[in-house]
Amino acid sequence: MNPYLAPGLVVVVLLTVAIGAYGLRFARTTSDFLVASRSVSPSWNAAAISGEYLSAASFLGVAGLILCYGVDMLWYPVGFAAGYLALLLFVAAPLRRSGAFTLPDFCQVRLRSAPLRRLATAFVLFIGCLYLLPQLQGAGLTFSTVTGGSYVWGALLVGVVVTANVAFGGMRAITFVQAFQYWLKLTALAVPMIFLILQWQADGRPAATPRAGAVFPAATTVVIEQDAVLDGGRAVEAGETLHFAAGDPVPQVSTVDARFGPEWLLPGGELGLFATYSLILATFLGTMGLPHVLVRFYTNPDGASARRTTLVVLAMVGVFYLLPTLYGVLGRIYTPQLLMTGRTDAVVLLLPEAALGGGHLGRLLGALVTAGALAAFLSTSSGLLTSVAGVIFTDVLRSGRSGSIRDFRLATVLAAVVPTGLALYVSDMDVSQVVGLAFAVAASSFCPLLVLGIWWRGLTDAGAIAGLIAGGGAAIASVLVTVFGPPLTGAAAELVEQPAAWTVPLAFVVMVGGSLLTGRRVPADVGATMLRLHAPESLRT
Amino acid sequence: MVAEPPPSPRTRVVLAEAAARRATDRARADLAEQTPVGEALVKGLVRAQLALALRLALVVAAGLGTLPLLFAAAPAVGSFPVFGVHLPWLLLGLFSFPFLVGVGAAYVRWAERNEQDFTALIRRPEQ
Repeated sequence: MNPYLAPGLVVVVLLTVAIGAYGLRFARTTSDFLVASRSVSPSWNAAAISGEYLSAASFLGVAGLILCYGVDMLWYPVGFAAGYLALLLFVAAPLRRSGAFTLPDFCQVRLRSAPLRRLATAFVLFIGCLYLLPQLQGAGLTFSTVTGGSYVWGALLVGVVVTANVAFGGMRAITFVQAFQYWLKLTALAVPMIFLILQWQADGRPAATPRAGAVFPAATTVVIEQDAVLDGGRAVEAGETLHFAAGDPVPQVSTVDARFGPEWLLPGGELGLFATYSLILATFLGTMGLPHVLVRFYTNPDGASARRTTLVVLAMVGVFYLLPTLYGVLGRIYTPQLLMTGRTDAVVLLLPEAALGGGHLGRLLGALVTAGALAAFLSTSSGLLTSVAGVIFTDVLRSGRSGSIRDFRLATVLAAVVPTGLALYVSDMDVSQVVGLAFAVAASSFCPLLVLGIWWRGLTDAGAIAGLIAGGGAAIASVLVTVFGPPLTGAAAELVEQPAAWTVPLAFVVMVGGSLLTGRRVPADVGATMLRLHAPESLRT
Repeated sequence: MVAEPPPSPRTRVVLAEAAARRATDRARADLAEQTPVGEALVKGLVRAQLALALRLALVVAAGLGTLPLLFAAAPAVGSFPVFGVHLPWLLLGLFSFPFLVGVGAAYVRWAERNEQDFTALIRRPEQ
């Protein structure tokens, strides 16, 4: 095992706790936190939002998908960044001016409907759980990759640690901690990449897809995980160990879905047109509906600074997403064995040592990347768990009695149990694909609600409920079929695995149609609400 | 209605200020009390901001959203090499991010200008 690993991880945890404790001196309660954060500049706030947003899916999953499937997967990072542009154009400033802290709050402010608020709560819980799931998956994968332990223990360990942290307030959503995590994640990918590119230059710039097919760059041992057939007809069994010398061609394994050969470089192979547009819609429009993203906007002092913060977030996230692509491409050259095992999500973790060798430099950089991955799980899952537990606390548990810290801890445990259980069950799905499903549900439910609520006076509570049930319900059904159902083929598989291209328009159409049919239910004070959402704060008296 | 304080006859400056304050108060009251004038003002602002957002969304849809169609319709574009790299890798992996930030920066600039215009309209002394 890498000797730098344990010290690196300990340093990350200690720094996180230390910065958190330093921040706590300024902010002891939730309201203190909100007030204190108003003295925070947009760039700190933006680093915090980016730190919370860049999850295991961004840190590990994107590079893995690119390694496995090629150029089509670049739509994931582009979409993850473009989501902030959609948020900026249609939601940021009016949402901040509405004063809503969560999505259910927004429903209350805009449409004053208790049933709609409860429905929105249910959607927040579903999306939160679905988004937590891949974080824990990534944690389990990292644990098993770097320590050789089992996936289950890794997922459980991180699930329990994050739950305990949030429940006992050890990791409050403090701006400085999250901002630190952003810079750590960026450094953890950028510094090793400099050395990797130098190494690639020194090796004579090997091509990512050599004409004669991929070859092993060094002697490699591969353990087969499932009974399969190698190309060339040789059958292998689970647990069998294969040895390859440097320069041997990389065989294709029948049970592992990966793209070999030069078509990896070309668009349109892995995703059809429908699936590509579905993915674009889901990621572009889904970001605004993620529970932990909206909460952070409340920390801006006013609408104009919410806009500027979002712009800085877009730039920060964009800079970060330049890097996973490079890891995916270099992984093609230095870690081709991942194409045989299917554990492509591990490419970021394995690449430094694979390319730079097992010397001090390779191990040090390997430990740095793993520390960045740890920061990714900690920041995103803590932020998500805090916001999901907060919604359970205010909208589910506290109906009728006053909430206590004990209730909040109960809510945290409730919010963590379901995704942890699921993470143990669906270990074989790509991390980014599960995240894509969470985005699809958010884009088909909260995106229409927010956009129509902010820009259209005619929205009614009945229309909003109908649209949420139709579009969001269809997306949820697709997710459940994808995760639990039988494998599908052909057109049905595309419609269900990438549902956004039909569920998002469905949600918009039903929401508008339902509102037009129930036009009498438009709130009487819609004019005042619109004024509050759109007029600059300086005009308020 | 609250009775207005009698304007002091002593200097013009005070008169002008008071007149300006009254006009501003009237526009603000229009906004707060949802008179037809106030409604029209807010509707104008919402429409301007929405038109701006939609226009820039259209720019992104045209710039990025047409790429999958382009790659499907003209496969030669997908394998066109630029500095030894296929064009789609450069467009998506590198240039899409500054493009998005540029569109965002333009939006922030123009949206703030719309709001300044609106504020100036409300605050203008002679309505």
